[in-house]
Amino acid sequence: MEKEKEYLKHLFQQEFTKMVAVISRLFGLEHIETAEDIVSETFLKATETWEEKGLPPNPTAWLYVVAKQKTLYHFRRNKILERKIKPELKNRQQATVDIEEPDFSQENIKDSQLQMLFAVCNPAIASEAQIGLALRILCGFGIDEIAEAFLSNKETINKRLFRAKEKLRTENIKMELPPEQEIVARLDNVLHIIYLLFSEGYYSQTQNQILRKDLCVEALRLGLMLTTYEKIHRPKTDALVALMCFHASRFDARQTEEESPILYEQQDAELWDKELIEQGIHYLYLSAQGDEVSSYHLEARIAYWHCIKEDSKEKWEEILSLYNQLLLVNYSPSVALNRTYALYKANGRREAIVEAEKLRLDNNHFYFILLGELYKDVDNIKARLHLQKAYELAKTLTERQGIQEKIDALLPS
Amino acid sequence: MKEFALLFRFPSIDQSKIPPDEYKALAKKWQDWVGGIAAQGKISATGLRLGMEGKVLKPGGVVTDGPFVEIREILGSFIVIKADDLEEATTLAHGCPALDSNGSVEIRPIFAV
Repeated sequence: MEKEKEYLKHLFQQEFTKMVAVISRLFGLEHIETAEDIVSETFLKATETWEEKGLPPNPTAWLYVVAKQKTLYHFRRNKILERKIKPELKNRQQATVDIEEPDFSQENIKDSQLQMLFAVCNPAIASEAQIGLALRILCGFGIDEIAEAFLSNKETINKRLFRAKEKLRTENIKMELPPEQEIVARLDNVLHIIYLLFSEGYYSQTQNQILRKDLCVEALRLGLMLTTYEKIHRPKTDALVALMCFHASRFDARQTEEESPILYEQQDAELWDKELIEQGIHYLYLSAQGDEVSSYHLEARIAYWHCIKEDSKEKWEEILSLYNQLLLVNYSPSVALNRTYALYKANGRREAIVEAEKLRLDNNHFYFILLGELYKDVDNIKARLHLQKAYELAKTLTERQGIQEKIDALLPS
Repeated sequence: MKEFALLFRFPSIDQSKIPPDEYKALAKKWQDWVGGIAAQGKISATGLRLGMEGKVLKPGGVVTDGPFVEIREILGSFIVIKADDLEEATTLAHGCPALDSNGSVEIRPIFAV
């Protein structure tokens, strides 16, 4: 029973995004809510029928048949067809006598999903709402799951999604691929949203590990989907996929609680997913085509090196060099901290201490953890002071516990 | 924050004669040094490296080839940094690898035209 429930949840999640994309493509993005309703009704009917009669031989096909019926019924009943669709279809000079029914062929599903991806990742929508919408429409997550991922409540998420869909309407966003000359700019936005989705899963504060992993898997799936379209494919998509593979490979090895963005040393390499690492290497190799070095390229290569457990001078010099380059295209305090840690591993403690002192990230507890680490066994009084500062700045109990352990481990100097 | 250009000059030498190992070490030194400024979030723009060959146009249509014998040091590259004042910009310029090879760093404020 549990197993069947799990199967249905997965099936519905997968088919939700496909069916909503296909139906929205047929009737226009302004009817996306109707498309969602139709699909939800289809699932409801499926659950009722299957509970009674058991699973049909081909559940997916069953869903498509019912969704088709419901789509036709819905649009007839609401007269949307007469008032809106038909005149527009005529304008487009493709009016057929009969109502078009949704086409659930593999080909059309794929195209529709891709168009939906570009529609949802339209820069007109504010990025927070965009991620919510992406989780719902592109990944098929339920409202309660999205709320949990954002540490929010269903009401807030519903409001956010409503606003995002309204934006789709008011901005008159269409389901179509961007024209050739806009692909690069629009693709950047799509990749960014996929990256944010992945990070949401990877660094989310929710304790629900299954949900977090699901988020990462979905982001990876969207990235992989993008790589299969010749026309819009660019090497940086491969780089992003490689980056996600490498990160995801370490998912199980991470400390269960929040992981500091630096200091990978405590990880158990036995828990790394070798297959994902292999896949990452494959895409990293593909990403090397072309001249562009995007921040995804740099981050993917850093992540690659972190998948090599053995410490070597070469490894850390490479990582340092990559962080140096990354800082130039994409500065952030955490990149600066990671760079300084790499400097310590590659060029030694003395140089790293000098450089770290210059950073002055005085509100960042990771900064003081790093300083504590650098001064350890060199000047334990300073190390202790820095760690105590980190303890004061830390936001969660688990972080504080981790810092306290470091303080306790310091030998009196 | 204001912007300052750091102009790097070094003695005019034939770079192709530097042994590969030394060249690699030098490149790393530069990259680490720029990375250190970038880590402080103070890089505004990375400049471009200038080729060692070139020409100079003078009044009267006189064109001379480089290397530019009349100046001991040639302009090699530049970056644009962010700093509160000239003093801070000068502090950031310390440790520049150009200084190790007898070169210099010129620090100049940048104004919007």
